Amino acid sequence: MDSDFPVMEGPICPIPLSQHDQIVIGHGAGGVLTHDLIRNVFQKYLGNVILNQGNDAALLQLQQQIPEDQKLVVSTDAHIVSPLFFAGGDIGKLSICGTVNDVSMLGAVPKFLTATFILEEGLPISDLERILASMAQAADEAQVKIIAADTKVTEKGKSDGIFISTTGIGWVNHRYHISGQSAKPGDVVLLSGPIGNHGIAVAEARGNLGFRSQIQSDIAPLNGMIAALLEAVPNVHVMRDPTRGGLATTLVEIACQSKVTIRLREESIPIDRAVRSACDMLGLDPLYMANEGKLIAIVPAENADLALETLRKHQYGKRAVQIGVVKSESDGLLLLKTPLGTTRHLDMLAGEMLPRIC
Amino acid sequence: MCLGIPGKVIEIYKIDGTLMSKVDFDGVTQEVCIATTPDAQLGDYVLVHAGFALNLLSDQEASETLKILKDLEKFNQDHYGDQEKE
Amino acid sequence: MTIGKVSPESIRQTKAVMEEIQRITTRPWNIMEICGGQTHSIMEYGLDQLLPSEITLIHGPGCPVCVTSLELVEHALQIAAQPDVIFTSFGDMLRVPGSSSDLNSARAKGADVRVVYSPMDAVKMAQSNPDKQVIFFAIGFETTVPAIAASLLHADRQGLENFSILPANVLVPPAMHAILQSPDNRVNAFLAAGHVCAIMGYWQYEPIAKSYQTPIVVTGFDPLDLAIGILMSVRQLEEGRYEVENAYPRYVTREGNKTAQGMINQVFEPVDRQWRGIGTISLSGLGLKETYKHFDAGNRFNIKLAQLQESPLCIAGSVLRGISKPTDCPAFATLCTPTNPLGAPMVSAEGACSAYYRYHKVK
Repeated sequence: MDSDFPVMEGPICPIPLSQHDQIVIGHGAGGVLTHDLIRNVFQKYLGNVILNQGNDAALLQLQQQIPEDQKLVVSTDAHIVSPLFFAGGDIGKLSICGTVNDVSMLGAVPKFLTATFILEEGLPISDLERILASMAQAADEAQVKIIAADTKVTEKGKSDGIFISTTGIGWVNHRYHISGQSAKPGDVVLLSGPIGNHGIAVAEARGNLGFRSQIQSDIAPLNGMIAALLEAVPNVHVMRDPTRGGLATTLVEIACQSKVTIRLREESIPIDRAVRSACDMLGLDPLYMANEGKLIAIVPAENADLALETLRKHQYGKRAVQIGVVKSESDGLLLLKTPLGTTRHLDMLAGEMLPRIC
Repeated sequence: MCLGIPGKVIEIYKIDGTLMSKVDFDGVTQEVCIATTPDAQLGDYVLVHAGFALNLLSDQEASETLKILKDLEKFNQDHYGDQEKE
Repeated sequence: MTIGKVSPESIRQTKAVMEEIQRITTRPWNIMEICGGQTHSIMEYGLDQLLPSEITLIHGPGCPVCVTSLELVEHALQIAAQPDVIFTSFGDMLRVPGSSSDLNSARAKGADVRVVYSPMDAVKMAQSNPDKQVIFFAIGFETTVPAIAASLLHADRQGLENFSILPANVLVPPAMHAILQSPDNRVNAFLAAGHVCAIMGYWQYEPIAKSYQTPIVVTGFDPLDLAIGILMSVRQLEEGRYEVENAYPRYVTREGNKTAQGMINQVFEPVDRQWRGIGTISLSGLGLKETYKHFDAGNRFNIKLAQLQESPLCIAGSVLRGISKPTDCPAFATLCTPTNPLGAPMVSAEGACSAYYRYHKVK
């Protein structure tokens, strides 16, 4: 475990108290408290052979691990969510799945993760344990190992409970050419399931919008489903998960990168009734709500049926459906055909989406 | 203005003297003040805006709009027969 | 299966109504809606694409975000910057530009600005934060006023001394007068806002329809509601009638919601109000009655306003009255975009300029 020389930022109690139910500044000082925290809390949940070696860095022998026909893929992400816990997930699960998914979107198999934790003074250790347990479970499902980690503590008020940063390492077969630039006219746009659930679950958990529902966040590690998809359809052109900014923003990005016009059929886009109700109530647009367990896949038309069949066999793709097509080359445009047969243009999310009365 | 959606009153109570309710919107429940529609009963549908009920849903059948639709149906039947396209 | 506000049945009916409109339209007509929610729905479903080219829908000043005066936005910013203050507002107002800043930026600089879904949430906040002053930015048309009045009465019953409102509500009928009286008025018929009328009824519009010989149809928000409202307007125009008709009977009666109106009259009285981009419209706003004046945040906080500067490029007023299209504006989509708005109609999703920017790029 990496640890700096302790920095004296103010009076620190010279007698380390081992019974703490909250994070205190001393936990970040690099001394006994830090070691206690690492051994009794972090390693309890995230421990593995590499992490437990306790060195400053992880020795990986990657040269032996990466097959010859594969390329190394790295992704990094910072996770800030308030509140830390919500229906269907928490920041821990989010941090693992977010990075696992990012690596997977290039068609890579994620293998290793690093994680850094910024803890706020006053964070209950029971919360930290819950988050770490959640991370352990997600890492287990995704079959990834956390091989390096670090933790620091800020004064109360300087961070929101906990910030987590993760970096993911994996490798991808040379034969895949999956990128945002690869969408071609004639391709078909697939979506693995209903949108808006995560955004609404987090909004509900904040508690200040005064509504209650059974809506759960959809956070999930998608690498298993993606591996199956690529096995059946190796020439997938584009994959991306519609996280911040939602389905619409993500597809605008892809349309601009690939320089094409994408047209969606509004009736095809799956949205749960309760999610739609919550959005209608608050004046939020489900097309722009964040999702953390959904896949957009753009594939050649002739592979669409097989791709859908493959996705639907997986637990995270049961409601996979075709939502649109790539129409033609252009400067990058996203269109939506409404149930009335009219067409409107979708733009990127501008600023923050806020509940409105208008 | 006027983002208002209909919901069903499933609970009625008072908070500090003000008439309140729980309203169900297709699986999402919210606390809605019905001081503005004090006649609302359990099972009624109310139009909700900014956490308040604007009015009760009227089940008035014989309305101008229904008449328009019925007339159009008849017009289309007479002129286009059974040509039901997309 | 219902998708949003449409079902296969209502889609069929909407198309049938649109076809009827096509059949009966013989001349160009301009129809204005004064309701941000209706503008949003028209844009969302592309209803203008289903209308004959002779029918022009003009998006009037129906978005309270767009019409809240620069002065009031500056007032809000000044109050929000005070110590021990929680400034609450509907989300719509956060990005509306003042002279040099907006509530969002004020929050970034450390002001305690919070979005609420209901004015009652602001009252609850005052109850749980007795050491702070909680102010609610009271924007909105008649639809929202009963909620504000009821919340204020609730606060009054609790004897709360740390709750106040910044009165900024506006009324529809005076705006209609102002538009119709203008020498360059182009409006032939109005779609009256369905939810405003759910509260107020539509008796107020009868003298307007009569004296300006302009049809007014109370209209809802679903595509079918809007289609029927437009059909009824076009029928009146083609037949030379000018009456008030109700295309939203499931929530609107001629008299409206008397209880709600009673609350409004108990707490508020009509005052002159400035509409951003348009100017002062006589008795078009609501201020607190004497008995409730102690709830007026304008009185509680000593605010000195400096010289206010609107962007010289913004032609919001002309757009809001339907005299110019957003595309007539030299700054449209160049200097003025949803991410960098110069004026209010580009900020709100219902603002005419924002709607044009987002939904009309297809053409």
